[in-house]
Amino acid sequence: MSEKPIPRAALNTPQDELSPAESVKRKGFISWLVVGWVAFASATGTFLAMIVRFLFPNVLFEPPQSFKIGFPDDFQIGVVDERFKALRGIWVIRDSEGIYVLSTVCTHLGCTPNWLRTEGKFKCPCHGSGFRKSGINFEGPAPRPLERYRIVLAENGQIIVDKSIKFQQEKGQWSHPEAFLKV
Amino acid sequence: MLDWLKSVVDFISTPSISLTLILLMFPFVFPPTAWFETWHRRLGLHNLWTNRGGLVMFSVITLIFVWGFTDVNFSKILGKPDNVPIMILIYSVFFFLWLAMKSAYENDAHIAAGEPVQEYYPPEDKVLVWPDLVYIELIALILMMVFLLVWSIGLPAPLEEPANPSLSPNPAKAPWYFLGLQEMLVYFDPWLAGVVFPSLIIVGLMAIPYLDSDRKGSGYYSFAGRRTAVFVFLFGWLVLWVFLIVVGTFFRGPNWNFFGPFEEWSVTKVVPLININLSEYVWVKLLRVGLPANPLVRESVGIIMLVLYFGLTPVMLARGKLRPLLDKLGSIRYSLIIFLALAMVLLPIKMYLRWTLNLHYIISIPEAFFNI
Ligand code: FES
Repeated sequence: MSEKPIPRAALNTPQDELSPAESVKRKGFISWLVVGWVAFASATGTFLAMIVRFLFPNVLFEPPQSFKIGFPDDFQIGVVDERFKALRGIWVIRDSEGIYVLSTVCTHLGCTPNWLRTEGKFKCPCHGSGFRKSGINFEGPAPRPLERYRIVLAENGQIIVDKSIKFQQEKGQWSHPEAFLKV
Repeated sequence: MLDWLKSVVDFISTPSISLTLILLMFPFVFPPTAWFETWHRRLGLHNLWTNRGGLVMFSVITLIFVWGFTDVNFSKILGKPDNVPIMILIYSVFFFLWLAMKSAYENDAHIAAGEPVQEYYPPEDKVLVWPDLVYIELIALILMMVFLLVWSIGLPAPLEEPANPSLSPNPAKAPWYFLGLQEMLVYFDPWLAGVVFPSLIIVGLMAIPYLDSDRKGSGYYSFAGRRTAVFVFLFGWLVLWVFLIVVGTFFRGPNWNFFGPFEEWSVTKVVPLININLSEYVWVKLLRVGLPANPLVRESVGIIMLVLYFGLTPVMLARGKLRPLLDKLGSIRYSLIIFLALAMVLLPIKMYLRWTLNLHYIISIPEAFFNI
């Protein structure tokens, strides 16, 4: 093997010691350190506060949580109405006794399931959860049924859906009178 | 003939079958004990880690891909720009596995013959970081940049329409490196499969050097000295991570149903998967009384089973086969290692329970967001 240069650090030269005149006075150094840290901490804190503030927008361009979806007769018995899925995130379903509103958010991890009409089930494309027309989970990993939203009649006979109030089956809330509109 | 072969491949790809085959083969390919080692040699599997074996593995993988590209359905999956990294992954995993195992087997032979390992250099023979190492790194860096540039120009990443919260693509697939996690999510509640297990994986991997303080094999490749440790690690890495990525990429189609690689991805494929909780099995099907109202009573069977699984198995193993491990590591390290291993094995166990018994959850308390 050819000879290799020896790294300088290995030569073990003693380091020159700093003369006292060159070194910063200890007391002054510490007070500069304090000023520096305080400045750094307050700058970081301000930035953090700004970031947190950023999470709460002044204006929210969201469709209202409570809205009218038409008259009960607009909905056919046995049909899953998908007209409101894209904008409002709900399915409206009418059975022989009445109407209920299901959320389109999968209770597993929040994907949007698809209504498969021929199979009569909602099927999630993310991990394969399946829900019956009633919203009950029966296949795949979803741990609980789809949520239902509040549904009531307005004075003029139109249906009002209120997404700010939801009813969860596993908590026994589906029997609440406003979870189901009798028609 | 080929069509027949395709349906055979489709059949074998069903995860319940392919995973079983892999699990059966695994200890013979990476023998964890002396008994498996004898069979490993007898079956000639040690020849995998030679030049010839590497060539055979490379040809088999390439042949499968070439065959796949000639098929209407398989080529649709293979041709996706998203899936190119997975093909690179498959090649590179096999290549580095082969390289490491080959070096390990050669070293083992050296050690058996009383010679120094390949990585051994006499202490006075050193290489300098600068310039020797830094230059190599610089060249590797530039080559990698060139590769990434050519790739991104030649095969642009697909830009799709803006995201729409009310419309999930069908199937909705995670980025390729997360497909193993996504597969895990099929069998577990999101907080387990999405939070607890990934943290356990990361923390567990970081803990390995502290839990396993055996210096044997450090600094050089070797298999014979660390066969069980290597087996356990490769099981987690190859089966529970890489294989699940392959499953997620090639075997999962619309509605997250299983499809063989040569099968058409039909949206209307119906697979009935009616899942039942363990509590329903016990209270309704077996005892024929209704579900108890109190969730804790209802789920008591599952809770007891899990407590026994995590509590009793380490004790029984310590009484039996793993006694030497306990003596060597001490009780704290021993129980941590066994806990991590048991948590790891819980995944295939749950997968099998789902496939065979349609088991939904072992413990299912949706009232409190607690499902296992
Ligand atoms: S998000 Fe729907 S199944 Fe996972």
